[in-house]
Amino acid sequence: MRRRDFMGLTGLAAGSLFLPSLPGFGGTPVDVGRMLEQIDVAVKKRLADAALNAAKSAGASYADARVGRYLNQYVFTREKQVQNIVNTESYGVGVRVLVNGAWGFAATNDVSEAAVAQAAREAVSIAKANARLQKEPVNLAPQRGYGEVSWKTPIEQNAFEVPVKQKVDLLLAVNAKAMENGANYVSSTIFQVNEQKYFASTDGSYIDQDVHRIWPTFNVTAIDRASGKFRTRDSLGTSMGLGYEYLTPRAQDKIAGPAGTGVVGYKLRYDMLEDAALAAKQAKAKLTAKSVVPGKYDLVLDPDHLGLTIHESVGHPLELDRVLGYEANYAGTSFATMDKLKSGNFKYGSPVVNIVADKLQPGTLGAVGYDDEGVKTGEWDLIKGGVLVNYEKIRDQAQVVGQDHSDGCCYADSWSNVQFQRMPNVSLRPNPSKLRVDDMIKDVDKGIYIVGAGSYSIDQQRYNFQFGGKLFFAIEKGKIAGQIEDVAYQSNTQEFWNSCAATCDASDYRFLGTFFDGKGQPPQISAVSHGSATTRFNGVNVINTARKIG
Amino acid sequence: MAILSKDEAQTILKKVLGFTTADECEATLNGQIGGNVRSARNTISTAGAVDNVSLAVEARFGKRSGVATCNQFDDATLRRCVQRAEEIAKLAPESPEYVPLLGPQQYLAAPASFAQNTANITPDYRAQQTAASMKLCDTKKLSSAGFLEDSAGFIAKRNNKGLEAYQQVTNLSYSVTVRTPEGTGSGYATADYNDISKFDAARLTQIAADKATGSVAAKAMEPGKYTVILEPAALVANTDASLLGALMNAFDARNADEGRSFLSKKGGGNRKGEKMFDERVTIYSDPSNAEIPDLTFSGDGRPQKKMTWIEKGVVKNLYSSRFWAQKAGIPDIPRPGGWIMEGGTQTTADLIKGTAKGILVTRLWYIRPVDPQTLLFTGLTRDGTFYIENGKIKHPVKNFRFNESPVIMLNNLEAIGKPVRLAGNLVPPLKIRDFTFTSLSDAV
Repeated sequence: MRRRDFMGLTGLAAGSLFLPSLPGFGGTPVDVGRMLEQIDVAVKKRLADAALNAAKSAGASYADARVGRYLNQYVFTREKQVQNIVNTESYGVGVRVLVNGAWGFAATNDVSEAAVAQAAREAVSIAKANARLQKEPVNLAPQRGYGEVSWKTPIEQNAFEVPVKQKVDLLLAVNAKAMENGANYVSSTIFQVNEQKYFASTDGSYIDQDVHRIWPTFNVTAIDRASGKFRTRDSLGTSMGLGYEYLTPRAQDKIAGPAGTGVVGYKLRYDMLEDAALAAKQAKAKLTAKSVVPGKYDLVLDPDHLGLTIHESVGHPLELDRVLGYEANYAGTSFATMDKLKSGNFKYGSPVVNIVADKLQPGTLGAVGYDDEGVKTGEWDLIKGGVLVNYEKIRDQAQVVGQDHSDGCCYADSWSNVQFQRMPNVSLRPNPSKLRVDDMIKDVDKGIYIVGAGSYSIDQQRYNFQFGGKLFFAIEKGKIAGQIEDVAYQSNTQEFWNSCAATCDASDYRFLGTFFDGKGQPPQISAVSHGSATTRFNGVNVINTARKIG
Repeated sequence: MAILSKDEAQTILKKVLGFTTADECEATLNGQIGGNVRSARNTISTAGAVDNVSLAVEARFGKRSGVATCNQFDDATLRRCVQRAEEIAKLAPESPEYVPLLGPQQYLAAPASFAQNTANITPDYRAQQTAASMKLCDTKKLSSAGFLEDSAGFIAKRNNKGLEAYQQVTNLSYSVTVRTPEGTGSGYATADYNDISKFDAARLTQIAADKATGSVAAKAMEPGKYTVILEPAALVANTDASLLGALMNAFDARNADEGRSFLSKKGGGNRKGEKMFDERVTIYSDPSNAEIPDLTFSGDGRPQKKMTWIEKGVVKNLYSSRFWAQKAGIPDIPRPGGWIMEGGTQTTADLIKGTAKGILVTRLWYIRPVDPQTLLFTGLTRDGTFYIENGKIKHPVKNFRFNESPVIMLNNLEAIGKPVRLAGNLVPPLKIRDFTFTSLSDAV
């Protein structure tokens, strides 16, 4: 599915998606009852063994098999009506083999032992063909087998068990709330994902995982018919590695924005109704908000905004496959080259910048027990005290930087696609000392408080970027001075992170997630979260984006 | 199994419709075979193959609709698939945007969208083309990364109101990025075909290699407003958003009528009939065009015909869903596949010769909307940006970030070149004055 098809399907604005090419949600429409069925683990083990045995017999030095069942449910509404309800299922087996130092991959949706064995043999012949053109043999970091183990996203309520009617009722109530508060149009959606993944390898791992994700979102439009002006405001909720409990509001998960903004941020629970009412009012306010005067400003960036900046300017440039050139023809390479890492003193950011990669944080999209090549997940520093200290890696990359183990960053978005290196959660550690957002703002003389991820663009080596946002508030002499519009900031990654003056403490820490981080050819999607607290950057170049067309 | 003939496909579809008890039922068969090869650092990194046929059945009871699919075609499976679609339909809410299924339609004669030589592609062919590209770069001590993807397929539709459609399509797309060993120069080339007889990966790689070596030691120029020559890859793309693609994606009637489009009119309604672009701008679509033969029917079965969207700068037509066309009482026009922008006879080289001072842009990248009200987009130049002086390329320049609207851009038109095929469109290189670059990028 291309992006425009997806947008047409959802009626959502463009702001929430991270890359343009969406390779579809895979899967076949099914009735909802099918979504609750599970495949017996013994069946999956038999299929995986059939693949591994066939691969070894055909000459593979290593093989892994992924028996995957991928379930999605989407509920789309606009104003007073349901637009679409989609349930999809995709079930099949992907086999990856290493022969003569080259990878081969084949997949089948015929889930019989004979068919997966045949796929394994096909993967071996592809590997043999590739080996003839291979310049350097694949070098896998060692990985011990874990035996038979399992992992499940720690959810409280499986969203697939919640009746569709309950979701429809919630979304129609969200739409009504937005319309009551002045919206001209509103569309709202709940996306749910359940990946039932079984991984087995010739290392001796048999890993059964049940991964859950949810993304409730909406888009509100306010229009001034007389002037023809229109403005939108998307949901401040985000995609999370949670069950339906994410949609049960909880006071402790609400974070009030700075005094004078009326903004509410959300941690591990989301109040969609409250946010819809605020969105409608804020979208209307955007119609008459003052246009920003371009220039240098101190920016105070809330986590729902900053997560995207972290994603683009830290998460992507530190993917080792990009650094090495494997993505040169599509997403690009990276400015964060190996010599910068090896120098041990490359100042990526100011000393308060501590950025960590992980696949563990509860509630995040990246959290899994094991990655898609059977590596137990963990946490590691990427930037420490402002200095670049590491990359994001998988088994066939670890040796490049002299590391004896993978970071566990391997992922495939389907059984039918080969797994490769993907971004883990990449998060900015909060201030260990107490600092609240109001205290941060009171020291800002001329600044802008930016809420929510908006327009985003960055070059193919991740130097130059431009970001917009959902809401902008002027800060004058330490106080919020009203909503403004037409704001985008432009900077260079290293300059920007070195202008980082302070970050708030853990009480303000929350996540921005995306379901649709895109990479690879053919393109694959991946879900990832970014944690941060509200953070201040000094002297950033802000442009005015208002234009006139005839 | 993947490419069924018209008779084979319609036989299955007739059988499917015979199993339904629904008020309305439509069945669509879609099949594809193909493969891909990805390379980087002058070596193959991954290779894959696709072979699949799937059936989608939509059943409707009144205004309730359900869809089910399968990829086995024995009677029992087909019957189960229809039953499942019917069960889902019975459980679905009524659609307030219901429109009845279409009856019999007249489609244009199928153009040459299918080429047997493309359908015959083997893994060896892919490997040979990729190897030729890699060898060229090995010889020149350059580094290539490429992606070749091909497919041959068909689509067949039939419903119980009498609609019947069938067409075969082949496609191959190839792109290659070539970089110098120190990473100080980068070039790009891409092409796509229905018929692969003109495909030559080494020829395209040579173009990318020349751009890469030519872009070493790029000089920084001040950002600002420049006359630019945008090559077709700077106007349309199949891997990213694009300026012309974004413009035409905004030609949706409903968004315009609802007041949330650059085509919305102050006080209500849309701007159809208004002159919004330079009078030399004409954009149309035509599934019968020999250069970009396309499907003669849309996904919902509406006929695709030659349709003018912008004529001499005037907005002539907007596309819409069937529901919105009926509700708004406007012509029922589906969104087309590819776009054709009329041009002249000048090549990019000719446009360069006629330029006193300007910037040649190979490609624009990471293009994202900034303001839907004005269709303002931002993005960056990439893989070959050059300063032109007195009709010649003077030196490479560092990449720029732009903030520009295609609406403004197509009012600042200096010259239009000869259209070429790219990403399923026919697009000319354009010479534009006052194109807005807002900052410099160090990226190569």
